[in-house]
Amino acid sequence: MATVEITNIEKYYGGYHALNDINVDIADGEFVVLVGPSGCGKSTLLQMIAGLETITGGELRIGGDVVNYLPPKQRDIAMVFQNYALYPHMTVGQNMGFSLRIRRDPADEIKAKVERAAKILNLDQLLDRFPRELSGGQRQRVAMGRAIVREPQVFLFDEPLSNLDAKLRLSMRTEIKELHQRLKTTTIYVTHDQDEAMTMADRIVVMNTGVVSQIGAPLDLYDRPANTFVAGFIGSPAMNFMDGTIQGGKFQAANGSSWALPSDAKVTEGQRCTFGVRPEFVEAGGDVAAKVIVTEPTGSETQIVADMGGEHFTCLFNERIAAQPGDTLKIGADPEKCHVFDIETGLRL
Amino acid sequence: MKLARANRLTPYVFMAPAAVIMVIALLYPLGYMVYGSFRAWDPSQNISETEFVGLKNYITLWFDPSFRESLGVTLKFAISVVAVEMVLGVGLALLLDRNIRGMSILRTLFILPMMIAPVVVGLMWRYMYHPTVGTFNRFLKSIGLDGVDWLGQHALLSVIIADIWQWTPFIFILTLAALQSLPQSALEAAKIDGAGGWQQIWHIKLPLMMPVLIVTCLLRLIDAFKVLEVILVMTEGGPGLSTEILALRISRTATEFRELGVAAAMSNYLLMLLLLLTVAMFAFNKIQTARAARLRAAVQEED
Repeated sequence: MATVEITNIEKYYGGYHALNDINVDIADGEFVVLVGPSGCGKSTLLQMIAGLETITGGELRIGGDVVNYLPPKQRDIAMVFQNYALYPHMTVGQNMGFSLRIRRDPADEIKAKVERAAKILNLDQLLDRFPRELSGGQRQRVAMGRAIVREPQVFLFDEPLSNLDAKLRLSMRTEIKELHQRLKTTTIYVTHDQDEAMTMADRIVVMNTGVVSQIGAPLDLYDRPANTFVAGFIGSPAMNFMDGTIQGGKFQAANGSSWALPSDAKVTEGQRCTFGVRPEFVEAGGDVAAKVIVTEPTGSETQIVADMGGEHFTCLFNERIAAQPGDTLKIGADPEKCHVFDIETGLRL
Repeated sequence: MKLARANRLTPYVFMAPAAVIMVIALLYPLGYMVYGSFRAWDPSQNISETEFVGLKNYITLWFDPSFRESLGVTLKFAISVVAVEMVLGVGLALLLDRNIRGMSILRTLFILPMMIAPVVVGLMWRYMYHPTVGTFNRFLKSIGLDGVDWLGQHALLSVIIADIWQWTPFIFILTLAALQSLPQSALEAAKIDGAGGWQQIWHIKLPLMMPVLIVTCLLRLIDAFKVLEVILVMTEGGPGLSTEILALRISRTATEFRELGVAAAMSNYLLMLLLLLTVAMFAFNKIQTARAARLRAAVQEED
């Protein structure tokens, strides 16, 4: 196990600035998730940590040592790939033991380690099979087994669940989390799925267009997003945003609605800003009128997409609401659960 | 009822012209050769006037030291050129499988020899091997060494070198294609697992390329058994019988010795040898496909 310190990391592809001044300190045994939309640079950063991609600028330390110029094999890391990346010509057992064989460990030691990892991952019956004889979930477990047997300082996961179906993804998510709780190995996990990030991470690094938007514990990001990007990215369904001005100590939206401000918002009278309300914190029975467009009941919840002055506004109620399209709904929100952002910079006010 | 039958026959009617052409162009000459190999046949005779001699031609050949020597030369030639070409071709492909500036030009240059007509290759090498004005001996003499009797004392080695020069690119180009279609993530995984360059080649690249390498090797072997033009131009089979490969001997038996029946029998021996190789190649493919199908079935059964 080890710490990972990412300091002022830069990456250029020719003239294209892919990563800009990335700074993340990862503690020993921590589970950190890099999350962001496609093209935000999260996978590039992971590849740089793995040593599969060169680092243009900055410093990367693993376990206190600078590893910028070390090849992957000297970084003592293990990586699980999105498409599993198993060796098709080797059995499950050989796949898992390959790194130890390369290291010239004694055969009985390799066998013992592979069997132990196989037991942890419920692969003990499959050791003689070839990857093509396995299902997607089993293959992903083999890929994890291959990482475990090496007992590396750091685990790297590159969107490992993206190729699995929804049900399997949920169960594998739990398995990976359980595995981390058991082994306590420092883990860096890349995903574009904010649900995965929220449920698995000790800390989340939200990335956007090559920069870090915010770093924090999942609930901190949810409760106090640093900017409109994080506010919109974290949470599902996504936060409602409205542009408007501060008038009479309230937020007056351009769509005609008026909202009370959170007590800690640092705003001045007349200031133009963006107001954010999470759909799940919308309450029925306020004084804002919204016209129902679509009602989506799921049994436990009701999601309603409404029209507010020509803009879509999503509400998620924890109860059954029998609203019909065209009905007018009166809604409101607890001001302490709302967010105000600068309209220009998108930063939290 | 009639309509159904007509419908069933339609595809065969469409296939008929191709089948007829194949019978005329392929099976007839082949049958003619097999038929001729059982007869004592002089080119001046019509085949119907020839005498049936049964397996005599085959038996005579089997005990003929010249034929055996020719077969030996052919085997020696084919096995050594294919072995060296495989090592060089695969080695070059492994070396040049990278993205650096100018690599595409270099790759194109490497495959040029394969595009030159064999007769031209033969002539070119014959001049380069010339004892007095040839490139090699002039170079050797310029650095103070004695000239080598390339096409005399070392004739077989010389034709082997020429063939390697011409056909290594074939192995190179197929291996390179195989290399570039290898799953990149498996190679990245190997790097992370701690495999160095040689270990990646030995444990990952070569095993994954093996099906392509085996088929390439067999194709080259079949081709090497049939080589004629380069050797005909370079040495005409000499000196003595030292470079007289089977294809050359067949041609001489038919034209110089005027023994068409024996030449046909010799061709059939070569055909059988090549057939054996081809069958081996198909069997290998068949076994691979069957194994994959069996594994797929096993997985589906479990699901």
